[in-house]
Amino acid sequence: MSLLTPDPGLLFWMLLSFGIVFFVLAKFGFPIIVKMVDERKAYIDNALESAKQANERIEGIKEEGDRILKEALDERVRILREANETRTKMISDAKEQAHVEAGKIIEDAKGNILKEKELAMHEAQKQIAALSIDIAEKVLRKNLDNRSAQMDLVNKLISETQN
Amino acid sequence: MRQMATGKKGLAAMIVLMLFFLGSIGSASANEEPQEKKEELNVKELILDHVADAYDWHITDFGETSVSIPLPVIVKGRENGWQFFSSARFHHGHDSYRGFSIAEEGPYKGKIVETLQSGEEIRPLDFSLTKNAVSLLLCSTALIIIILSCASWYKKRQNNLETASPGGWIAFLEITIMSIVDGVAKPCIGKNYKRYTPYLLTVFFFIIFINIVGLIPLFPAGANVTGNIAITSVLALFTFAIVNLFGTKEYWKEIFWPDVPAWLKVPVPIMPVVEFIGIFTKPFALMIRLFASILSGHALILGLTCMVFLTVRLGVAMNVGMTIFSVILTIFSDCVELLVAYIQAYVFTMLSAVYIGLSQVEAHPHK
Repeated sequence: MSLLTPDPGLLFWMLLSFGIVFFVLAKFGFPIIVKMVDERKAYIDNALESAKQANERIEGIKEEGDRILKEALDERVRILREANETRTKMISDAKEQAHVEAGKIIEDAKGNILKEKELAMHEAQKQIAALSIDIAEKVLRKNLDNRSAQMDLVNKLISETQN
Repeated sequence: MRQMATGKKGLAAMIVLMLFFLGSIGSASANEEPQEKKEELNVKELILDHVADAYDWHITDFGETSVSIPLPVIVKGRENGWQFFSSARFHHGHDSYRGFSIAEEGPYKGKIVETLQSGEEIRPLDFSLTKNAVSLLLCSTALIIIILSCASWYKKRQNNLETASPGGWIAFLEITIMSIVDGVAKPCIGKNYKRYTPYLLTVFFFIIFINIVGLIPLFPAGANVTGNIAITSVLALFTFAIVNLFGTKEYWKEIFWPDVPAWLKVPVPIMPVVEFIGIFTKPFALMIRLFASILSGHALILGLTCMVFLTVRLGVAMNVGMTIFSVILTIFSDCVELLVAYIQAYVFTMLSAVYIGLSQVEAHPHK
């Protein structure tokens, strides 16, 4: 039997079995596998792309956050500085006002004192005059027993006081 | 049932034989020595017998009894008509049954012949399920089951691509499939590659699966299927048909009116004839390449194994030495054959793809 002559029986079986294998696998086997592998590849590529985009977005959000934080810090510094200024201003204002008020009070007090003093002086004068008159009366009572002398003296005194 | 029992017994016998090959080399050789001395071992006969097709599946000789599985014989004789019987009726080629027998010599040596009443021996229409045919059917079934179960795994996950990342053998199949699609079909065929990938994948898996199964020496495997010219010729025929049936107009124009100086075409059509012959030499080369490399691989391994028995005559020391040498060489050539099994399948697929690609040419713009 020659190895180089194909046997018709085996040719038949080979045609049959390879034909069936080819038909079945080419219809139900390989196309499904290849299609799924391709689809999965597309899916993975897609997922990678969206992951990249998400990453970029997260990066953007992070930057935004940093910016907001920085702004807030600046704002805080500004507010603190302003508060400090306000405080200093308020203290100096208060001091000034107190100064003014104190001056006014002192002025008032001075005025009052002067008035009191005048009043006191006036009173004192009155008292002194009364006292003097009393004293003078007592002194004069002895001397001025006659009427004319009394009158002279009164006139003299009146004129003196009028002057 | 009886066949199965025989099969199991044969398997056990085979394992014993393997143990003998690999393990107790020295003592086994010593035991075999007197028996082997009696009959000369005809290596050429043995190898040709093993690589050739057969009507029964010979597993081993166990002492005097030959352990083999009879296979169905389907023949249509000129005088005896359609016949269907077990090859056990031939009693290993010694008897004839219903006018049919296995020729022991002559042009049909080893094949079933019909003896006509005139005494003339003719070859009947023979559709017997021979060893190669049975192996072929088993492998085809196994291949269909393997690939379809892989496909169904993917089909189940069609709407849920997140879970469609396989592991294990499915991943292995996927890598192999995609290596053929991306490494062979795409670059060799070009833009129409999708139409031809199922064919290329089928051819690749068919060849590599049968090649590897053919290398396993235990019973349901081990037949020299892809080393048989009938098998490779059908494969080449498919490639031939696909190349020429789907060839473009430009492809045929390049064959019958190629772009060469006119005197090469008229009056003597030298180039068209060369090109036309080329249509047939391409698949022919495919057929011979696969057949020859697998056949020679099987023959090589068998020859190396036979060295163990041939050197028995040369004494125990020589035999032990040569046995070790032979086992090492056999292991080495088995590894080489594994590589060849892949390479031949790959080359067949790649060349088929190249030929298909060549038949897909389009009119190139004139410079």
